[in-house]
Amino acid sequence: MASEENTRQLTEALSAKRDEYTAQWAKTVGRSLRGRLSSAELSREFGELYDAIVQAVAEGIALEGRGEQFAEVRSLLIELSRSRARQGFTPTETATSVLALKEVLEPELTGSAEGAQIYLQFARLLDDLSLLTVEEHVKTREAIISSQAEQLLELSTPVVKLWDGVVGVPLVGTLDSARTQVVMEKLLQTLVDTDSTHAIVDITGVPTVDTQVAQHLLKTVVAARMMGAQCTISGIRPQIAQTIVALGIEFGDIPTKATLADALREALTEVGRQAESDVRGLL
Amino acid sequence: MTDRVPVLKIGDVLLVSIQTDLEDQMVLDLQEDLSNRIVATGARGVIIDISALEIVDSFVGRMLATNASISRVLGAETIVVGMRPAVAMTLVELGLSLDGVRTALNLERGLGLLRRLQASRSDRA
Repeated sequence: MASEENTRQLTEALSAKRDEYTAQWAKTVGRSLRGRLSSAELSREFGELYDAIVQAVAEGIALEGRGEQFAEVRSLLIELSRSRARQGFTPTETATSVLALKEVLEPELTGSAEGAQIYLQFARLLDDLSLLTVEEHVKTREAIISSQAEQLLELSTPVVKLWDGVVGVPLVGTLDSARTQVVMEKLLQTLVDTDSTHAIVDITGVPTVDTQVAQHLLKTVVAARMMGAQCTISGIRPQIAQTIVALGIEFGDIPTKATLADALREALTEVGRQAESDVRGLL
Repeated sequence: MTDRVPVLKIGDVLLVSIQTDLEDQMVLDLQEDLSNRIVATGARGVIIDISALEIVDSFVGRMLATNASISRVLGAETIVVGMRPAVAMTLVELGLSLDGVRTALNLERGLGLLRRLQASRSDRA
């Protein structure tokens, strides 16, 4: 069959000038990356990749990038794509790594009509593989972004014990429903763990309070109340107070204070009063 | 025949400790038992311990609020104690805030709160 014959010819052509092609490939890619990766590293990478491609092409009947025999090529490309993504290369630069091989082979193969046909088939394979690299590149970037978002969530929601029976939640950044969930969970668990009766939610680090954010704050306070804790919102800056009033947000009977110090003083007084009456009850 | 939730008397406090997930009939029985017992014992306080409950639906949530109102009418303060964090979060998501129900972290704190409430009431009297 013609395609088998083509495959054989292609394999021969690729194997015959292996060193020459890989060197040229590495050089072409190196030029497009403007020296951000060492040429030794590039030629090692592309040597491996080239061998894998040649082997797969020799085995394969159809030049289909998603086929079984390209498993090794794909895993090499995925590896390459991931490391490129982590080093901060653009998707174009990553895809060019594969597509540069076309550039190398074009003048070599397109001499005859038959060669041109083989070249076109091979080019289609390379297109397929380059799509794979782009896909993997995007996937890696997305994984990085989601893991960073997770870290940010963890970092930005500490619950601290301020005194015996008083815990504080210094909120930094805007509140969305995902963060509210995490804050609430942590606050309620801390209330149980530390046997606290007072919670202070400090919003000094919250840049803006709109109805959405206020809604989330209210939810947190109500949940803490249902656990039997008294909850105060503190750290309301002058502008925020003005916004709250302008938007018509009602905090109801939830006590609010201008600073964390005020809220803490209030909470400590209350704790002291309770301890006093407990002692009186014992006498 | 469904189980009934026991209502225990300690001094002038009635203790209701809910140990299993409640069926609707049990909730209604409890409401009746509790109001009868408040009248029979002349209790001044009721503590409902829900620390064993993993799920509180809107029906049970409303039962808690109703019980609180009933006992207030009968002259007793109700305190719900031991709500789990997950339960509190679920109730908030359901939009139930249990307004008018006093809560405490655990039984000990609940008893302390009851005593303080009674002390302040007798101070006023």
